Amino acid sequence: MALLDLANPTRFLALVQRALPWLALATAVLFAAAVHFAFFVAPDDYQQGGTVRIMFIHVPAAWLSMACYAMMALASLGTLVWRHPLADVSAKAAAPIGAAFTFVCLATGSLWGRPMWGTWWIWDARLTSELVLLIMYLGLIALWRSVDDPGRAGRAAAVLTLVGTINLPIIKFSVDWWNTLHQPASVIRLGGPTIHASILTPLIVSALAFTALFVTLHLAAMRNEVLRRRVRAMRLMEAQREMPPAGAQAAAGAG
Amino acid sequence: MSDPHAFFILASYAITALTCLGLIAWVVLDHRRQRAVIADLEARGVTRRSGRSS
Repeated sequence: MALLDLANPTRFLALVQRALPWLALATAVLFAAAVHFAFFVAPDDYQQGGTVRIMFIHVPAAWLSMACYAMMALASLGTLVWRHPLADVSAKAAAPIGAAFTFVCLATGSLWGRPMWGTWWIWDARLTSELVLLIMYLGLIALWRSVDDPGRAGRAAAVLTLVGTINLPIIKFSVDWWNTLHQPASVIRLGGPTIHASILTPLIVSALAFTALFVTLHLAAMRNEVLRRRVRAMRLMEAQREMPPAGAQAAAGAG
Repeated sequence: MSDPHAFFILASYAITALTCLGLIAWVVLDHRRQRAVIADLEARGVTRRSGRSS
């Protein structure tokens, strides 16, 4: 199916209707496998002990917090350059999900940092830039809510989203550019992963589960946004129907 | 769980589970709400232009 075919919201809704049950099933199976791997297969780390299990949720949440924003940036290009009708819908639907994953990343990072670093929080580059990402998500959500016209809100949010992409390389490379308590990249790096397979496999399974959850929730939220815009259009039509024609108004005013 | 850091591990998983369940609830309830509003508008005779033509 061509991307252009999905520009038709009715066709998109039909596709989502068919795909969602299978995606939800795949997500549930992957999460069951992820929990099994995390608590019954993965060994304790020789230095961090059982707290390494926090990594299986912290790292996928961090990856998705950035991947979701990158996807919103691509959707913003779709809004501003190609004016694809679903691009703005996609970006708007993704923002709360991205915010939630960023919150999970920060909360689990804090819970991991307390026993390992001895502190809940430190204002270093990695943690601060991730917090900035959460604030950007919340700002975008507020922007979409504050402008009544979805088209205008979408274009303004698209510009802001594209400006905010400057934060993504800062998050990624902050551990290399500045001194930080946070460990450097150990999975997505040029020399390959530095993590043992017994820990890496549960991490990959968990990342797949989180990604499946993101895709499922994003498609469902996009469907809701299409319906919300349908409701708005219907309410406008109802308001127009209840308003007397302009000529009748003028005649009533003259009489 | 006998791990000395069990509180931190379980709290992490609990926060993640609650957040994910919250997202799922938001999506499901929002869908029901939009469907209900559309059904109400259609019951009052309001139809979309594309809905009329099909």
